[in-house]
Amino acid sequence: MVDKKLTIQDMLFKLEQFWSSKGCMIMPSYDVEKGAGTMSPYTFLRAVGPEPWAACYVEPSRRPADGRYGDNPNRLFQHHQFQVVIKPAPLNIQEYYLESLKVLGIDPLEHDIRFVEDNWENPSMGCAGVGWEVWLDGMEVSQFTYFQTVGELDVKPTMSECTYGVERLASYIQDVNSVFDLEWGDGVYYRDIFKQPEYEHSKYAFEASDQKQLLEFFDIYEKTAKRLLSQNLVHPAYDYILKCSHTFNLLDARGAVSVTERAGYLQRIRSMAHEVAVAFVEEREKRGFPLLKSAEEKKAGLKND
Amino acid sequence: MTKNYLFEIGTEEMPAHVVAKSVKQLADRTGKFLTENGLGFKNIKTFSTPRRLTVLVEALAEKQADIDEVKKGPAKKIALDKDGNWSKAAQGFVRGQGMSTDDIYFEELKGTEYAYVHIQKPGKPASEILLGMADVVKAMNFPTKMRWGTSGDFEFVRPIHWLVSIFGSDVIPVKLLDITAGRKTEGHRFLGDSVVLANADDYEDALKNQFVIANAQERKNMIVSQMNDLVAEKNWQIKPDAGLLEEVTNLVEYPTVFSGSFDKKYLEIPDEVLITSMKDNQRYFEVYDQDGKLINHFISVRNGNKDYLENVVSGNEKVLVARLDDAVFFYDEDRKYPISHFVDRLKNVSFHDKIGSMADKLVRVKAIGEYLAQKWHLDEQTIKDFDRASSIYKFDLVTQMVGEFAELQGVMGMHYARLAGENEAVSVAIKEHYMPNTAEGELPQTTVGALLSVADKLDTIITFFGAGMIPSSSNDPYALRRYAYGIVRILLDQGWSLPFEETLPALISAIDGKTKAKLPKGDEDKEIALFIRDRIKQYMQKNDFKYDVIDAVLASSQQDPSQILASAKVLQQHHDDAAFKPVVESLIRINNILDKAKFSGQGQVDPELFEDQSEAELASGVAALAKVADFSELYQGFVKLQPVIDKYFETNMIMAKDPAVKTNRLMQLQEVRSLAERLGSLNKLVIK
Repeated sequence: MVDKKLTIQDMLFKLEQFWSSKGCMIMPSYDVEKGAGTMSPYTFLRAVGPEPWAACYVEPSRRPADGRYGDNPNRLFQHHQFQVVIKPAPLNIQEYYLESLKVLGIDPLEHDIRFVEDNWENPSMGCAGVGWEVWLDGMEVSQFTYFQTVGELDVKPTMSECTYGVERLASYIQDVNSVFDLEWGDGVYYRDIFKQPEYEHSKYAFEASDQKQLLEFFDIYEKTAKRLLSQNLVHPAYDYILKCSHTFNLLDARGAVSVTERAGYLQRIRSMAHEVAVAFVEEREKRGFPLLKSAEEKKAGLKND
Repeated sequence: MTKNYLFEIGTEEMPAHVVAKSVKQLADRTGKFLTENGLGFKNIKTFSTPRRLTVLVEALAEKQADIDEVKKGPAKKIALDKDGNWSKAAQGFVRGQGMSTDDIYFEELKGTEYAYVHIQKPGKPASEILLGMADVVKAMNFPTKMRWGTSGDFEFVRPIHWLVSIFGSDVIPVKLLDITAGRKTEGHRFLGDSVVLANADDYEDALKNQFVIANAQERKNMIVSQMNDLVAEKNWQIKPDAGLLEEVTNLVEYPTVFSGSFDKKYLEIPDEVLITSMKDNQRYFEVYDQDGKLINHFISVRNGNKDYLENVVSGNEKVLVARLDDAVFFYDEDRKYPISHFVDRLKNVSFHDKIGSMADKLVRVKAIGEYLAQKWHLDEQTIKDFDRASSIYKFDLVTQMVGEFAELQGVMGMHYARLAGENEAVSVAIKEHYMPNTAEGELPQTTVGALLSVADKLDTIITFFGAGMIPSSSNDPYALRRYAYGIVRILLDQGWSLPFEETLPALISAIDGKTKAKLPKGDEDKEIALFIRDRIKQYMQKNDFKYDVIDAVLASSQQDPSQILASAKVLQQHHDDAAFKPVVESLIRINNILDKAKFSGQGQVDPELFEDQSEAELASGVAALAKVADFSELYQGFVKLQPVIDKYFETNMIMAKDPAVKTNRLMQLQEVRSLAERLGSLNKLVIK
């Protein structure tokens, strides 16, 4: 397969290096709990409005209902995504992606790589896109999406998103059957870092969480987000919307939300996601869409970089 | 002269399920476009892969036909006014022909001079018209369309990367977005290179050299034959699955079939779970041994050749094992708890927020089923099994397995019930209550399953109607029509009698107080009865009953689907018999007389008042028929009775002078009519 098996951190370095060579900024992980890399403001907020954007980052993704107490070799309370977003989507983004696999030592001629339809949707955030899951010998290792709507706003120009499932891809590269056997870096293994948190978070999500308190949290976060929105404080408002979403996921993991209530909660989050997306575009417009301007200047050769 | 025209749209990977439909759409639209533009052709061949939609128009005319015709216009005296100028009529004439007044000349026809124009237009060359293929592409529809980075507001199924447009050997530079069509196409994404086509006809072979089997049927045949070879070699069996085969065909450009295996320990999970994991998630074909037993192998198709196939096999095996481990986890977790644990949790599962929880539904369905079981005199064991099944039958909804694989609802319930020691009738009923899954889907095979299915569906229909969620002609989001149709089919299959109009009030009162939905009151249940009656109609239409037979049986007062259908069968069977017309006519005559006399009397016919032998004969005939339950016998009885009725009319004045005699005769006819109505409203029948 590969001469020397890449550790997870080798893999992340290579991906960062590759995508920065394609013009992406390397952003830090965003420090509020979230279910997917898409929910980072570096994707969600930057997807809307006319400004160009190109970034990549590692994002811990928390999905309480997927917690398995660290017992399941492939299901995790928290997994990691490597997220690449580029707007406008380059026409050769698929070729870039395939090149990035080669950088990781995965030669398409030695495997079966397929783009299988998977139109991504995140109704709670008012997001929808068209794209694929990328299969590597039958394993879904990435999600590939052309955003069409985010926060219920049309994404124009379209943003492309490639999300690598870090653990999935690493399990393939390191040829292990359990994520806990992955080498993170320098002889330290995934289990050494994440086995205990997996157990504890699962225990919390399924047994120790306080439903009544979570319901209160949700209400408080929602109220706060709305108040901040009314003051056009886009970014702090967005943080509280993320907290609402995570709190809902915790409630859901406890089975505390009935099918009908579920729709109600999702609607509450969606309406805030829409408002914050609108507010973000307005605030950027007030500032003259700075990234649009600098891109135009760059194009016109007025600015030296 | 004709040449072949090749047009290819090169895209990023399209969804497998749209490929075949879309290339057909492209061919249809292309054909229409060419025909509308007066370009003849012999045939349109299609090619398609996940990355291309292609038409090859065979023997396309090189240009439109030339126009060379003489058109006659108005008479000269109308074409020119008194000053010799062109009149409005003349101007209008030439405008209509795309000519000018300068082109007019006059010629005599039967002694009158007329204006004429001679139109000569060379046909446009195909090369010019074909540039319009861009509009054909723009007009295409897809279930989901998308914009991409450089498409602006234009949407297509996936981003378009290239266009090939070659007429014979000439490029027709169709322009779409910032793409100009040329003669370069792309080979297999990994195995092939791009290739420049000299001629339209080179397409298929040139692509084959680049590891693209552009002909979808050929690709499918390759998969089937490789699969057959593999199965024969290993002594396995596979079940044909046309849908999966079609999907796999449209997931690859160059297919190579391979097989993999998994540890036998996973075979302890129910087959349905294994199959769902393989088929729905991974697009694998499951494999059986010669005895038809599911075994620990699978078959899949790679998009590529045989090189490094061992990597592909081991990767796929690894993925499947991860999925099966997940299934094992759910299976183990679910089995840690008794069924009652899950049933308890149904309190928190909403059936519908206007109606109540799943737990409430169980209670109602039990009440409905118990009522029906009594009505149908079902045996004690059936009732006992139904009681148990109806107290638990939705429990699998809250198991982890069904949470993960929603399509296994019912099936998992059956497996878990068996494991928990429930008897076979109860276990199977849990699965069967979802049946039929589609309008014409398989029906429950067991009595308990059928009863549970009917009770479950009746409850859904009654409570949804009660909560005001009544389907409209165009909108039936909860598939209530399908449920009602399912009820009708099960009743007919089981031979269960359920006269809806008279039974609904009892069913409604059985569930009264067991839902927060308002239940239908007063005449509101008539709407439900009518809704179900419409499904009986649908059933008869589907089964090719004559429309007048359908009208006749549905217009009768008969309410029970089994009875309605039994009479429809008899009427349908004898509809074209020689005896049918006289029998129906004589019965309709009786009807008409009673209607005309506005007779609605009740009471007994009094033989003392008979004045003629024919009256006694009719009375004894009627008395014999009254005991007949079978519709076929009833009809045959009427055939025999018909001469008696005719004689009766010949001999007797119905409207006799003596009012007592008159009433008695009308009463006698009334008896015949009541019997006839059991067959249907015969005046709806079209008799020839």
